[in-house]
Amino acid sequence: MTTADTVVSKPAKLTSKQLPKATPWVVAAASIIAAIVISFIAFGGFNIPVAAVLAGLINLIAVFVLSASYEGRRKAVDRVATTIVTSTFILACVPLVSLLWLTVSKGGAAISGDLLTRTMLGMKGVLDQQYVAGEATLAGGFYHAIVGTVLITVAACIISIPVGVLTAIYLVEYANKNRLGKAITFLVDVMTGIPSIVAGLFAFALFSTVANLIMPASAGIAKTGFTAAVALSVLMIPIVVRNTEEILRLVPMDLREASYALGVPKWKTIVKIVLPTSVSGILSGVTIAIARVIGETAPIMVTAGFAKTLNWNLFSGWMSTLPTFIYDSQLRPVSPGAAALASSERAWAAALVLVVLVMVLNLLARIIAKVLAPKAGR
Amino acid sequence: MSKQIDIKDLDIFYGDFRAVDGVQMQIKPRSVTAFIGPSGCGKSTVLRTLNRMHEVIPGASVSGEVLMDGNNIYGAGVDPVNVRREVGMVFQRANPFPTMSIKENVLAGVRLNNRRLSKSEADDLTERALRGANLWNEVKDRLNLPGSGLSGGQQQRLCIARAIAVEPEVLLMDEPCSALDPISTLAIEDLINDLKDKYTVVIVTHNMQQAARVSDKTAFFNIAGTGKPGKLIEFNETSSIFSNPDKEETENYISGRFG
Repeated sequence: MTTADTVVSKPAKLTSKQLPKATPWVVAAASIIAAIVISFIAFGGFNIPVAAVLAGLINLIAVFVLSASYEGRRKAVDRVATTIVTSTFILACVPLVSLLWLTVSKGGAAISGDLLTRTMLGMKGVLDQQYVAGEATLAGGFYHAIVGTVLITVAACIISIPVGVLTAIYLVEYANKNRLGKAITFLVDVMTGIPSIVAGLFAFALFSTVANLIMPASAGIAKTGFTAAVALSVLMIPIVVRNTEEILRLVPMDLREASYALGVPKWKTIVKIVLPTSVSGILSGVTIAIARVIGETAPIMVTAGFAKTLNWNLFSGWMSTLPTFIYDSQLRPVSPGAAALASSERAWAAALVLVVLVMVLNLLARIIAKVLAPKAGR
Repeated sequence: MSKQIDIKDLDIFYGDFRAVDGVQMQIKPRSVTAFIGPSGCGKSTVLRTLNRMHEVIPGASVSGEVLMDGNNIYGAGVDPVNVRREVGMVFQRANPFPTMSIKENVLAGVRLNNRRLSKSEADDLTERALRGANLWNEVKDRLNLPGSGLSGGQQQRLCIARAIAVEPEVLLMDEPCSALDPISTLAIEDLINDLKDKYTVVIVTHNMQQAARVSDKTAFFNIAGTGKPGKLIEFNETSSIFSNPDKEETENYISGRFG
């Protein structure tokens, strides 16, 4: 008996039938057309949600049947899984794209250089009524809100980035899971869940208590841009701590040991080795935190009020930010009735500016992360 | 510049667990000492106590004495940072700093220890350390490229250059060749031979031929079983350990009969 006899005979073929590469796209296009036709016949008219759901179902069934009959069961299941994942991704994009589209189309129509450089100083309902009647251009603007957003956000960053990053360094490098470290981690987790309005109320209560101590019955002076910045810090610090902590834990212990073995003290190892290695991750975490708080409305309303005019001073007087400007414009238009449209247009323009601001920040974070990331030169 | 190390009654703990028990050893200056033994027997642990890297691990502690030219490095008031400036270390996995160029990696120890270097001093030191680590000819044209772009063997030699650039008295090596090919291993073994003219070298290795090739004295560690502490079984001239060991346990290990 030779060894050749004992080998179990297997199919010699390594090739198998395969559908052409373009098949999924052709099937998808055909399913969409079929879905539109069916929605016309069955529901007597074109209806986007119905057609979309139908197209998805038809596509799934068609892909499975086609693939199973030609390529076999294993590949059919693979194709169905791919189809489900892709459709879910498209579904997730729908709200995002439609939101962006709405903001760009409505805000883009209303925005002008004048809106960006003027405040609401001297704004009257008559001006809006003239605009709606087509007798004048859109008056007013939100320069003061852009200034307010930038000032308050920068102040919030100045407070929360050092506190957040240093807390994370303590947790990762020094705490070694001791009691204090565990307590801080717990508090940070709790802080992550604080509703933003509560953070605003906290900051306002804190500063009005202080104001009352200094000058009784003058709690009103506690409403300033700085109070708002403190409220935003309460929201921002836990995000910065969490992100930085995760990034610092990714720095290999090897690098710290290599540095210690050269006789470098711990603090210097952290400053010169650990932080430079992780700086890109820390910065993108910080940017995510900024993007998260820049759109906050509730805590700004209760801490900085609503300003109609420009205020560069963080420590005195009310301030507006883009979100509170949008909220105020929609809720309390300058002119009642049909001319409220003008306020609404200003609000959309402000929303567009806010969205662009957040996008630019995210883009900036990606660029920074790329530039500062350790290079693997080869 | 090199120092004698006397280890007296050294017990090493991880938390409550006694990892190594009662080590006695005298390491002569300007010599190469190899630590051999099965995995988990405490070779690396003993090595890490020689420059107080052991205590970097949370919960780790030591009792006993390690005398370096008569000074106990575990004595009261001894700053581990100062000990580590005298006792350099090369790790199992090459770990160049990823944010730094080859040159910056070599100079890292000096620069981070607050010594200002003029440009010519820096260039000199870079060349001396890289020549010392047998790497100069391979990298002299790309000193400003990241260290992580080198091959594994080159990275390990870069780490050796970084360790000798701070001019330590003693150099500890924790399985420096375990991830390297035979050619890079040979380069590092040659290097160890050169280094022993200036430094006291202690090397942990799993490769017994390597221990036989590079070391003057060999220490054999063993462990009775999991959960038991590692012990120093025999410490002697390398030639007698490999040809005529005193203990049967040593003979069994080096002849491959167990462990």
